[in-house]
Amino acid sequence: MKTLLAALAFVPATLLAAGGGHPLDRAPIEPRDVISLQAGARTFVNYCLNCHGAQFMRYNRLTDLGLTEAQIRDNLMFAADKVGETMKVSMSVQDGKAWFGVPPPDLSVISRSRGADWLYTYLRTFYRDDKTPSGWNNKVFPNAAMPHVLWKLQAEQNAVEYDRTVRDLVNFLVYVGEPSAQSRKNIGIVVLFVLGVVFVFAYAMKKAFWKDIR
Amino acid sequence: MASRLMALWDWFDSRMPSVAEEWRKHAAEYYAPKNFNFWYYFGVLSMLVLVIQIVSGIFLTMNYKPDAGLAFGSVEYIMRDVPGGWIIRYIHSTGASAFFVVVYLHMFRALLYGSHKEPRELIWIFGVLIYLSLMAEAFLGYLLPWGQMSYWGAQVIVNLFGVIPFIGPDIALWIRGDYVVSDATLNRFFALHVIAIPLVLLGLVVAHILALHDMGSNNPDGIEIKKTKDANGKPLDGIPFHPYYTVKDTVGAIVFLAIFAIVMFFMPELGGYFLEHNNFIPADPLKTPEHIAPLWYFTPFYSILRAVPPLFNSQFPGVLAMGIAVLILFFLPWLDRSPVKSIRYRGAYYKGALALFVVAFLILGYLGIEPTTVWGQFSATEGSMMDRVLDTKDRATWVARLCTILYFAFFILMPWYTAKDKTKPVPDRVTM
Repeated sequence: MKTLLAALAFVPATLLAAGGGHPLDRAPIEPRDVISLQAGARTFVNYCLNCHGAQFMRYNRLTDLGLTEAQIRDNLMFAADKVGETMKVSMSVQDGKAWFGVPPPDLSVISRSRGADWLYTYLRTFYRDDKTPSGWNNKVFPNAAMPHVLWKLQAEQNAVEYDRTVRDLVNFLVYVGEPSAQSRKNIGIVVLFVLGVVFVFAYAMKKAFWKDIR
Repeated sequence: MASRLMALWDWFDSRMPSVAEEWRKHAAEYYAPKNFNFWYYFGVLSMLVLVIQIVSGIFLTMNYKPDAGLAFGSVEYIMRDVPGGWIIRYIHSTGASAFFVVVYLHMFRALLYGSHKEPRELIWIFGVLIYLSLMAEAFLGYLLPWGQMSYWGAQVIVNLFGVIPFIGPDIALWIRGDYVVSDATLNRFFALHVIAIPLVLLGLVVAHILALHDMGSNNPDGIEIKKTKDANGKPLDGIPFHPYYTVKDTVGAIVFLAIFAIVMFFMPELGGYFLEHNNFIPADPLKTPEHIAPLWYFTPFYSILRAVPPLFNSQFPGVLAMGIAVLILFFLPWLDRSPVKSIRYRGAYYKGALALFVVAFLILGYLGIEPTTVWGQFSATEGSMMDRVLDTKDRATWVARLCTILYFAFFILMPWYTAKDKTKPVPDRVTM
């Protein structure tokens, strides 16, 4: 079958290699926990944003997390001048490619393509490996180009604290993947309520019109 | 105020009486059988989804950029920066799948109650044309978000045309406007998706409904209600579409919209079936995804494509089988030789055949989502009889082959089993 797909997609079949296959831990994220989201944002701008952008995410949108624009400007904006800018990365794509082999992907919707569980497990399964250029390898994503950027945090914190740090970061990435997710659910409840009310009237009207049909 | 409005209406009506005339013809005095059941909601729901898709699509075009460099970002712009943009986008993405859900159920209704049979063959043919246009519309639209699945799905499907002997490569080149799926492809797919196919769809829907209203609706008993009329020439088992079915369909539409809202507000990706995870990765012409699968509504046909083995190193037989699997629907009215329409009065042969067909179609649909290795492989020792006979040891491929045979057998054997079937006598009047 892979040969058919490969033929149709014009790709050598050998390129269609399988993924890691490491079991994923469930990410205990709390999308409504703003403290966790703020902590995740802090980790994100300090550790991720040097190489990865979130080019579709605006800084001032972080007011969703209970922050003021002044707080965002003072604590989270290291790579931008205006609070309305998007979270672009200062490193160029060419540099990224030269340094890592592949340009680090944009993280705006990484939680939607990879999923929270993958990210949560990935960031917690780095191990030392002398055979890779970065000296690090990963159980979920074998031979990942990314080194273990959070290694210092992992060394300083105990296992519970580090899990919480990663949990907060993944929580934030899930938020960044779809900033309107919470208002989506809130609006959904209102819409369903309105439809429920309209249903009662529509059903009563149908009953009234149809009472003589048999 | 009311009298002013009536005066205005009279002024209008005296100058354009055809509006009131059409209203009478298609609603107020269109007599529909009174025994419509659950399955008869899906026609009107298809129209509702068509309207939803057109309206939400108009708003999407206001902010979407059909440009290979900007398309992916413009979708995220709609999701984040356009006020209410995410609602419009989710309406449209949920609507695309909802369209196929209601259309598949609508088509199944025809198989249940023989709505394709004489004298409604033309209605069925227009319906199949609508289904074909809908497939084109969905395929073209799926390229627009310019994610990895958009890109590689389009690449695979366009290349299907490329395996047609002799003229295939030129056709594929003509469709793409380039040697690979590119900006040129995106631009033309955008044009076709937002205006060309929607116009065709609207025209076909009008033809479908005009043909229906000329012949009158079928019903769960498969009885022609026009055969028994009262002194005024009104069908005894018919009731005016308006107000009876307008109020009834309103209830159905609200229930449908509630299910629609549950999906779009609480699970817009529906576990990757309505919005694929890999489509949140921007299109990369240099990086083929590990597993390319079309969206769920195409997977039964994709399974048929994969199930048919290549011949002389050409994938054409699979592509041909897939094409025939869709086009064979056109012949259904003439393949069905049963003297009765409704499944209520058909015999065991048709009931069994239809059940097998549905099961085969669902299994094909499931297998089309998964890699062919999903059910593991037959164990055959190297060089053994089985090893030499089987061209593939993937169990799923063999199941898909069996289901493909069942799919085609449903149609090809239909003239025989529907003619032989032991049917029950059909009553003169509908049952409620």
